[in-house]
Amino acid sequence: MLANLVQFYLARFRINLAVQFQYRVAMGIWMLGLILEPLVYLCVWTSVAKTQGGTVGGFGPGDFAAYYLIMLLVHHACLIWHMFEYDFIIRQGILSNRLLRPIHPIHGDISENITYKVFMLVILLPAFGLLWYLFKPEFHTTVGAVALFPFALLMAGALAFFAGWALAMAAFWTNRTAAVNQAWFVAMFFFSGQAAPLSLLPPWMQDVAFYLPFRWMYSFPIELCLGRLDTRKILHGFGTQALWILGFLIIMNFAWRSGIKRYSASGG
Amino acid sequence: MFRHLSLALHYFRLGLATEMEYRMNFFIQLITACINLAVSLGGLEIIFSHTQTLNGWTHTELLALIGVYFLMSALIHTIIQPSLQKFMEDVRGGTLDFLLLKPVEPQWLVSVRQVQVMQLANVLLGAVVITVALMRMGTAITIAHTAAFLLALTLGLIIVYCFWLMLATLVFWFLKIDNILVIFESLYEAGRWPVGIYPAWLKFILTFVVPVAFVVTVPAEALAGRLSPQTLGIGVLLAVAMLVLSRWFWRRGLRRYEGASA
Repeated sequence: MLANLVQFYLARFRINLAVQFQYRVAMGIWMLGLILEPLVYLCVWTSVAKTQGGTVGGFGPGDFAAYYLIMLLVHHACLIWHMFEYDFIIRQGILSNRLLRPIHPIHGDISENITYKVFMLVILLPAFGLLWYLFKPEFHTTVGAVALFPFALLMAGALAFFAGWALAMAAFWTNRTAAVNQAWFVAMFFFSGQAAPLSLLPPWMQDVAFYLPFRWMYSFPIELCLGRLDTRKILHGFGTQALWILGFLIIMNFAWRSGIKRYSASGG
Repeated sequence: MFRHLSLALHYFRLGLATEMEYRMNFFIQLITACINLAVSLGGLEIIFSHTQTLNGWTHTELLALIGVYFLMSALIHTIIQPSLQKFMEDVRGGTLDFLLLKPVEPQWLVSVRQVQVMQLANVLLGAVVITVALMRMGTAITIAHTAAFLLALTLGLIIVYCFWLMLATLVFWFLKIDNILVIFESLYEAGRWPVGIYPAWLKFILTFVVPVAFVVTVPAEALAGRLSPQTLGIGVLLAVAMLVLSRWFWRRGLRRYEGASA
């Protein structure tokens, strides 16, 4: 069983890589857009810091640069597009084909997601280097914190993926998923630390952010990497990430099972 | 001239008739736009809880800028984007032939052919935000003030149209480049804020490569009453240059068109 799964993943990687290589220009352009997103708020906050005489809430221009540059990596790791895809394949009935296969469709999605993220490092890493040179980030971090960052990043990626996949299941119940997805991304924008480092938000927003999954995707790995967290907070962060992943795995499974019971399509 | 305008009006009516079949979409569109606006306003509130000005712009002035951003975005997506997108599909599929046979200037036809009336909800929203900002500014609105704003707005529209036309015209050389329009969309996002906040290299790109500066920041400066005549002059020159350049580019592209099997 496990050997079969490994074989499946290896085969999918090869196929996905071939497909994505065909669309390299399109994907590269899309990637550039994603890189630009965090830069806008980096420039906004740098400008605020300068007006305030150097720092705002303990962040100077170099700190903001470090924060948003690391966000570039986190943003990439947390990217998921299956909520848009499932809206289409459920409405059009394309899902039927996938249901016929003797394997859960999520495996295909996971392999596609990983291939994309690895393949796009070809663009992301040079861009990251260039932006590092242009924005001159300042780091006051420890070797230990940086060493732990990749693990937090992987956990964040997994969390974002399973949460996004659970959200994609909404398409079984409504054909207005665009609104659902928009609400999700707006909440993520404010409560993950994308609009501003969480400590710069008004207190009530910080409280809300604490109980939502988004900060464990963005803010936690970034702050960890910047060396802003003590041991207790780091342990708490990894623990909360694990709990959210577990929670979304359960929700996802439940939604999938009751979803395919409702699902019907004709033709195909 | 009159014939061309009435033609555009016909396409507008056609678009309206199509949309009337999906009235619900209009409200969905409006709600989406409102959420989108709320994101901008929320970001503005967070930032202004830490500062009084951003690169010399006050809270109210930035509100006006957000209004201009929405207004322009909506105008682009009402006519320019859908029409040129359709044009690119036509070149790819070879169906541009039918359009070329018609006794009307083809550049005009491809530019006004597809109208997304729904987007007018966003135009309305942008206008409301601008009005609120103007009322909060409390400055007397003079004729010169209004004229400068309308001129800046018109220049912005001309510049952005020429830019889109040139991007779309590339399809005559490279068939599969519909993605190139995504570049504009993502760079236009940067226009939610005045271009002055960006570092020099990015400011240059946003002014002369992808002309976001003249599309959003400059009309907003006119609203705030500190648009310098020099900037307006550069805007006029740029608009004229873009008109000439895009026209020349369009004709060169069209000469390459071979059609498909249609």
